[in-house]
Amino acid sequence: MTRYFDDELLELNKKILEMSAEVETTIANSIKALRELSREKAEAVIKDDDRIDQIDLEIEEKCLSLIALYQPAATDLRFIVMSMKIATDLERIADLAVDIAQRVLEMADKPLLKPLIDIPKLATLAQGMVRDAINSFVNKDTELARSVILRDNEADELRNLVQSELINDYMSKDPSTAPRAVALLLVARHLERICDHATNIAEDVIYMVEAMQVRHHPETLK
Amino acid sequence: MSGTKNVIEVRDLNVYYGKFQALRSINLDIQANRITALIGPSGCGKSTFLRALNRMNDLIEGCRTEGQVLFEGKNIYDPETDLLELRRRVGMVFQRPNPFPLSVAENITYGLRVHGITDREYLEEKLYRSLQAVNLWDELKDRLYENALKLTGEQQQRLCIARLLAVEPEVVLMDEPCSALDPVATARIEDLMYELKKDYTIVIVTHNMQQAARVSDYTGYFLLGDLVEFGETHQIFTSPRDKRTEDYITGRFG
Repeated sequence: MTRYFDDELLELNKKILEMSAEVETTIANSIKALRELSREKAEAVIKDDDRIDQIDLEIEEKCLSLIALYQPAATDLRFIVMSMKIATDLERIADLAVDIAQRVLEMADKPLLKPLIDIPKLATLAQGMVRDAINSFVNKDTELARSVILRDNEADELRNLVQSELINDYMSKDPSTAPRAVALLLVARHLERICDHATNIAEDVIYMVEAMQVRHHPETLK
Repeated sequence: MSGTKNVIEVRDLNVYYGKFQALRSINLDIQANRITALIGPSGCGKSTFLRALNRMNDLIEGCRTEGQVLFEGKNIYDPETDLLELRRRVGMVFQRPNPFPLSVAENITYGLRVHGITDREYLEEKLYRSLQAVNLWDELKDRLYENALKLTGEQQQRLCIARLLAVEPEVVLMDEPCSALDPVATARIEDLMYELKKDYTIVIVTHNMQQAARVSDYTGYFLLGDLVEFGETHQIFTSPRDKRTEDYITGRFG
């Protein structure tokens, strides 16, 4: 039986995809801005955020009205509620891209403290996790979602590596490096937070598809 | 939700109307002080199942029952079962309010008189308590000797519930108790059910899925004579395990 309701759900799905595409682009741009220390690109990232915030509001409004008007249950309910949560995570990811862009603006006029090694690795990881989290949502692919969650440890380790290097090799040896070191440290922190939000999305996808709660239960992933 | 004890245990229940098998091998436990809702399309066995719980199907010609319904551990289909006593302890509320064409007070005391009680003080106490339990006392205390048929549909349905409570049942079976009521009256009956479950065990058949979701602790889904799925209501409505349940509650079928 086809339901009028299915058209509404399709429309919601389309909005999530639209937001996902925007978020992927904005992360890619913020990372490019970072690699090139480009003011221009950083400013573009900051500007794009308004559009993403707007879609986030539209998604929330759509979800609330679908719940109020249709009293959805089961798969439908899980899809709607998880869409709402995923939109929140996407919006946060976009905010973190803005944070990275702001660090780029702070660093842009000075020479880099050190050649970047682990931060680009972390950036690649974050970008991949977000992309796969979104694809797992699109294709309802819980295996891919699980692989995203399992990558989160790697992100934490890279962040720790960057942090201890900046503290031990730079800030404690020469306090005058602190402003530039802190900016890099924050970039690592922002990237690691992006990975956390990608992980949240992946967990929500698993709940949406399998009705199984893996949040706060890492043992269930094995 | 923590489980309570099972008041009714249904074991391998089959019910036939002539050659037609209306229920197939049903196994189900009804827990004390909980509301159990039975949902499913029309003609799939919900009401037949409900009636099997106090042997109301016996009144239907050509109806045959196999298997066991254990009420407090005793099979109600044993030949020595006292049907009057069984139906006192497992009472039923119907779709359409069916008060006797007598006064409000007589409706309440009728069952007690049938059971041989004549003590006036006791009857008055019961009248008060039963009407109070369904929140009708304040509304009707000055109309106790009016004909019950003059009441509104909702009041009549409440009265029927009060009439049942007067004989001190343990289980209340409700067959679509709100289908003849408007949404406001329905909400009030639902609130009443919530209050009643402190003292009684309730089993309700409903076509209104949102009603099942709102009021019940456990939900069973019947389809073509099978109990497809039974579980805690929140589980059934957020993550049903069976595809057929999923299709029904999301409106893809039915």
